[in-house]
Amino acid sequence: MNAARKLATARRVLRQLAHDPRTIALMLVVPCVLLTLLKYVFDASPRTYDSAGAALLGIFPLITMFLVTSIATLRERTSGTLERLMSMPLGKADLLGGYALAFGAVAVVQAALATGLSVLLLGLDVTGSPWLLLVGALADAFLGTALGLFVSAFAASEFQAVQFMPAVLLPQLLLCGLFVPRGAMQPVLGGLSDVLPMSYAVDGMSQVVHHTGVTGLFVRDLAIVAGCALLALALGAATLRRRTA
Amino acid sequence: MMNNASAVQAAGLRVTRGGHPVLDDLSFALPRGRITGLLGPSGCGKSTLMRAIVGAQARVTGELTVLGRPAGHRELRSRVGYVTQAPSVYADLTARQNLDYFAAVLGAPARARAAAVEQALRDVDLTSHADALTGSLSGGQRGRISLAVALLGEPELLVLDEPTVGLDPVLRRDLWALFHRLAEERGVTVLVSSHVMDEAERCHRLLLLRDGRLLAEDTPDDLRRRTGTATVEDAFLHLVDEARATAGAAVTPLRTKATP
Repeated sequence: MNAARKLATARRVLRQLAHDPRTIALMLVVPCVLLTLLKYVFDASPRTYDSAGAALLGIFPLITMFLVTSIATLRERTSGTLERLMSMPLGKADLLGGYALAFGAVAVVQAALATGLSVLLLGLDVTGSPWLLLVGALADAFLGTALGLFVSAFAASEFQAVQFMPAVLLPQLLLCGLFVPRGAMQPVLGGLSDVLPMSYAVDGMSQVVHHTGVTGLFVRDLAIVAGCALLALALGAATLRRRTA
Repeated sequence: MMNNASAVQAAGLRVTRGGHPVLDDLSFALPRGRITGLLGPSGCGKSTLMRAIVGAQARVTGELTVLGRPAGHRELRSRVGYVTQAPSVYADLTARQNLDYFAAVLGAPARARAAAVEQALRDVDLTSHADALTGSLSGGQRGRISLAVALLGEPELLVLDEPTVGLDPVLRRDLWALFHRLAEERGVTVLVSSHVMDEAERCHRLLLLRDGRLLAEDTPDDLRRRTGTATVEDAFLHLVDEARATAGAAVTPLRTKATP
């Protein structure tokens, strides 16, 4: 681990993004537009908007970061820059940490905009502190980054990488409790839901909707999300090889 | 042959891929501070040999010592510069930003970095395009940024995989002048591959590779003299024919390694 190399990597990733303003705009604006849309879709039932809105505040950063990270690391693998970096004195943890830092910074901005818009302008009504929504969104963004890093190892092209999004994230979206409460699911589906990380991302956000202060369950959910992210990151690190055939 | 004058030393080097040998029983030495050309047709194993030397190749057996350490040793990562055939730089960064990042990875302190980047840009004659986006530059210019990255951090060994492919004659001459300057003034050992035989004349020494086996290890002059030919290309063809004839007569597997 080397802080200077990790920071240099984060700065490099942000500089790459800076040359691509359209991607930045899409990352920041699209969640806001969707949340606004959601508000008017559920105009007649504000309670549904509150719970779905809070859940989506966690899900959007997860999806965005998953997509951006899987494509970015795939490019790193196919352009030969990964092989070059692996022949240089750069630790795998520095590379992954640099990515996590850079995309984490983008996630902060994205989550702040989406949360601010929802709470201040769209009237999202949460019992707990909106700051907790922000913390939850950040943990979910971290999970998205880690999952994206991991699956990019199994994609040989950008076509495949993009298809991993519906393959990996949509089943989680269906089972996370957004459409049907997790408790009301068939036992098999409920069990499946229990082992998928996005379920805890959504559970954590709903804790904030229904309770004041930091509940034990909120902390547990956040810890599970962060634990899954760390696991995916470790598995992702194992797919970075200094020597390849 | 076994002495400290060698930057790279190989004995019985073998690489397999998918169960098949890609490199078979290679033994050679690269003298320090000299330019060695690695020549042979496409697909003969040049890139695999270079990847083995920089420690990027899996399934390498035999002996391979680089700057006194086993190839791929972590201490070598800042002492060996490596340029792959395809330019491995970030298309969505400028040339300067690319170099600045790789200099940081090599451990250059922030203060010294700008000067190191300028020097590398000057070496490959890209100062005027330093702030253009890499993706918008020509293939040759991208290749030169990739080369400039390898020059950062003053490596002791430079491994260059076909660095002059697709470059115009003036640029090719300038790059060869740079390789000679690096060898003569900074004592850098250079291993440069090419499938263009006329570049062989610019090297101090040559390794001729064919089908994963070493055909010859010699200076261009001695190679021509020994084979009674006028050019390195003719010498190469002569050695290939000789090897075929030997194999045909003895009905034994190719044993064609010539020693100088």
